Amino acid sequence: MGAELGNYKTCVSARSTNKHLLKHSQDGGIVTHLLAFALGEGIIDGAIVAATKEFAKANPQKVMMDNTNWDMVEPWRPIPAVVTTKADLLAAAGTKYNISPNVSLIKEATRSFGLDKVGIVGTPCQMQAIRKGQLYPIGLRDVGASIALALGIFCMENFPYQSIVQLVEDHAAMKMESVKKMEIGKGKFWVYGKRGQVVQLPLKVTHKYEQPGCHVCLDYVANLADISTGSVGSPDGWSTVFVRSKIGESVWAKAVAAGAFEIQPIDKVKPGLELVSKLANEKITKNKATLEERKTFGVGKALRNPYI
Amino acid sequence: MADKITVGYTHLSGCTGCTVALADNYGGLLTLLDKYVDLKYMPTLADVRHIQKVDVSFVEGSVCINDKLAVQEIKETREKSAVVVALGGCACYGNITRFSRGGQQNQPAHEAYLPIGDIIKVDVYIPGCAPSPQMIRNVAVMAYLLLKGTKEQKDLATKFLTPLMLAAQRGTTACFCDLMTEVINQGLCMGCGSCAAACPVRAITHEYGKPQGVRDLCIKCGACYNQCPRSWFSFDVVPAYEAINEAIMAALQ
Repeated sequence: MGAELGNYKTCVSARSTNKHLLKHSQDGGIVTHLLAFALGEGIIDGAIVAATKEFAKANPQKVMMDNTNWDMVEPWRPIPAVVTTKADLLAAAGTKYNISPNVSLIKEATRSFGLDKVGIVGTPCQMQAIRKGQLYPIGLRDVGASIALALGIFCMENFPYQSIVQLVEDHAAMKMESVKKMEIGKGKFWVYGKRGQVVQLPLKVTHKYEQPGCHVCLDYVANLADISTGSVGSPDGWSTVFVRSKIGESVWAKAVAAGAFEIQPIDKVKPGLELVSKLANEKITKNKATLEERKTFGVGKALRNPYI
Repeated sequence: MADKITVGYTHLSGCTGCTVALADNYGGLLTLLDKYVDLKYMPTLADVRHIQKVDVSFVEGSVCINDKLAVQEIKETREKSAVVVALGGCACYGNITRFSRGGQQNQPAHEAYLPIGDIIKVDVYIPGCAPSPQMIRNVAVMAYLLLKGTKEQKDLATKFLTPLMLAAQRGTTACFCDLMTEVINQGLCMGCGSCAAACPVRAITHEYGKPQGVRDLCIKCGACYNQCPRSWFSFDVVPAYEAINEAIMAALQ
């Protein structure tokens, strides 16, 4: 276990101590509870999260979609939103499994939303975008220092919205609006219906629907987040948490001291860090191969390599 | 004074927005001038305006090729500077001056504007309209470290500046379309949203997680493409963001 897990100061298995919150969240409620805690403590004064149509329709001032005809917006389509209360956070909690361009609001959060200390949740690539934006703020005036907490989520790959429709409606034969929760775990894609039905698809079925841009990504565990988290490595209902930066260390210590989380040492839980490491290496190896293939994609012609 | 770098600022056809962005570093600018930079000439912020021999020249604005003085100034800037930095969208890519058709009083014949890279060799690009004060600050600190730092600092500055040097080699045109041709068409877009955040004219939204541009709004500043983590991304630099940010802030104390 090495570079594939990125730099981190501590790694634990954790879950929120708030039972109500756990009902809304994907796994251990880490992201939702951390943001709620940071909001309560004034560490952040708002956060960019992936909400859905229901939230956006009820809170049009919190998304940048002023003139939207909400009847045209599909269920489970993620909509980046700036939230400033715990109630909003709960309303937006849970993984959407398709692309939410959360970084698109990072400047606007400091402008029309008036935030001085912004929290943001995102995938590993979005954490890369945030850090590139802090070092090379080409079009991000005064944004870098306003990013007060960046939470990363583990990510093997993402799906375009239409891929999720394909999986849910064609493969799982459920309507998008009747889905209560989606989940990837134990080698399967799970779709839970609002009436209690559960459909599982082998992950193999999902591969051809993955977003192509994900296949050059070399980060599984959000190496550049302040704190990154995901279900892999921890028991059901718990999340694995990497505390990575000085900001992350400070926020995590305060949240733990305030009793926000139950914690177990990562080496005491099953399946543990080895599984995280295995999946991270799988992703990195596979995508490095894709980058290699791109070099000789044509006849004497390469596809572009984004990495310098 | 001895270990400062000498810097000049050539102002061509630009709106002074880049100058304002530089000045918007407030106290940081004063620290830069106190400790690291000997500003040899600069319209607006200094009394000396004529081009002199310097280590680093920042150039704001594009070149009006119908204006002999502008052409002469950009050539002289190149001849007298070790490093030329194109500051802002106009110097890098033409930006809004690309849309000029002349006919403006009192010089109606001034109609043809080119990015400086079409007239001289440019070493470093700082794209954007206007580039953020922090971007200008970071490049200024790195330029200092490159010329006056320890070996370690020189290595870091080289790594930091490399993507901006490669941007200067890449070309003198920019457009929202770069996101289509160089990122989406190349199978690299993952829908993070950086381009929409960076666009100074709000020409970019996201539809189903991919950038959608209103091309008539695009001013061709290059901010979206260069902010994109899939246009260029350096694993030598970005993962060290914490240490680099701290070093830059410490340098400006």
